[in-house]
Amino acid sequence: MLELAIDARRGSFHLQVECRFASDWTVIFGPSGAGKTTLLRLLAGLDAPSRKGPDRARIAFDNRLLTDSPVGLALKPGPRPWERKTSFVTQQPALFPHLTVAANVAYGLPWLGGETESKQAVEAALELVGASSLIDRRPRDLSGGEAQRVALARALAPQPRLLLLDEPFSALDGSASDALLARLQIWLTEHRVQTVLATHDATDALATSAEVALLREGCLAALGSAAEVLVSERRRLLGRLGKG
Amino acid sequence: MDWQAFALSLKLATVTTAILLAVAVPLAALLVLGRSRWLAALEALAALPLVLPPTVLGFFLLVLLGPRTAVGRGITSLLGHPLAFSFSGLVVGSVIYSLPFAVQPLVAGFAVVEPALVDAARLLGANPARLVLSLLVPLARRSLLAAAVLSFLHTMGEFGVVLMLGGDIPGATRTLSIVLYNQVENFDYAAANRTAAALLGMSVVALAAIYLGSRPKGGRRA
Repeated sequence: MLELAIDARRGSFHLQVECRFASDWTVIFGPSGAGKTTLLRLLAGLDAPSRKGPDRARIAFDNRLLTDSPVGLALKPGPRPWERKTSFVTQQPALFPHLTVAANVAYGLPWLGGETESKQAVEAALELVGASSLIDRRPRDLSGGEAQRVALARALAPQPRLLLLDEPFSALDGSASDALLARLQIWLTEHRVQTVLATHDATDALATSAEVALLREGCLAALGSAAEVLVSERRRLLGRLGKG
Repeated sequence: MDWQAFALSLKLATVTTAILLAVAVPLAALLVLGRSRWLAALEALAALPLVLPPTVLGFFLLVLLGPRTAVGRGITSLLGHPLAFSFSGLVVGSVIYSLPFAVQPLVAGFAVVEPALVDAARLLGANPARLVLSLLVPLARRSLLAAAVLSFLHTMGEFGVVLMLGGDIPGATRTLSIVLYNQVENFDYAAANRTAAALLGMSVVALAAIYLGSRPKGGRRA
């Protein structure tokens, strides 16, 4: 379970979220600029609340504190037991251009120890995302969709406990994205990885039986099942299909 | 050609360049990745030798490393001899004098590495040393080459700091630029021409190597 109480300012933008994500799969839905990426970066530990001013953040995952700004606690990002054990896949794959796909996926694995173990983890992660054939390629030789698959494999290889996804399938076509999502959900359930997916696309949010958090202008507007929270979006989509 | 001075200049430039790279890589990474406001002061300090006249820098170092200061006395008791007018003293002076020539290209190179790549490495658990060695340095290898070559050449040709701090001791502190100065002072223009040509040739070859290394295969507009 992910518990968060965040009150953070970034310039004129104010993010205020206090809730619990109890489901294995939570979708943060909201328009561009609603604060989805800001929230995910705070969860990932890439950003911290400003030390000066009124910013506050308390983030706990499975009863383990990841961030508690009043006492200055902020676990570092990373897959080791004393780190956050959180992976974050963004819209931009950000693959290391000087490394092969295999080396990219293995980057987070030195803590595993053995070379054989690391190689197996790389191959398993690439197979999961349907990118086994890309293992020796360089990022410059990949299409946008292939790069996103590899970025996902790189995030999954260290076996995180919490997976954060920020529109990670934007370069994949609809059927490829659905197939990958279905495989991913099975794997995440098997490995007991809680996932938070941020999207502004209602079809992504409605495609899963997820808990949905509706974010508007930095505030949590609703939290519940997709059918409840996205009722107006669902009507809008059905209306467009009807017109078509 | 004064081969002894040539060898001493090469040795000084090589040692200085090696020390500078070891110092400048972490310093440049700190300046690019760090968030503290104090880093602006550190960056200004690292750039100071660019605008400070070499003789002024040499004078300050001569005083600092001399017997009148606690630093100078401490070093003398530690090494058994003062740093001024010794090869070790020249190395200290050269490292400080050429510091901006190593730091600035590296800062420029590290600064253009995409922040998303740095974030990705941090998310995968890279500590600062791994972040620098496995990501920033390989992606900014042309800047590293530029920093090495500029530091080397700048040290090869330095005069003011060397003269102030090292004087003119054959085999210990007499570098090529001091030899050139002596040759001109003695009206030995033929020898001065050869010494100057050697310094010029090295500079041209090394700079050509930098530009060749930093030029994209298909040209700059490819």
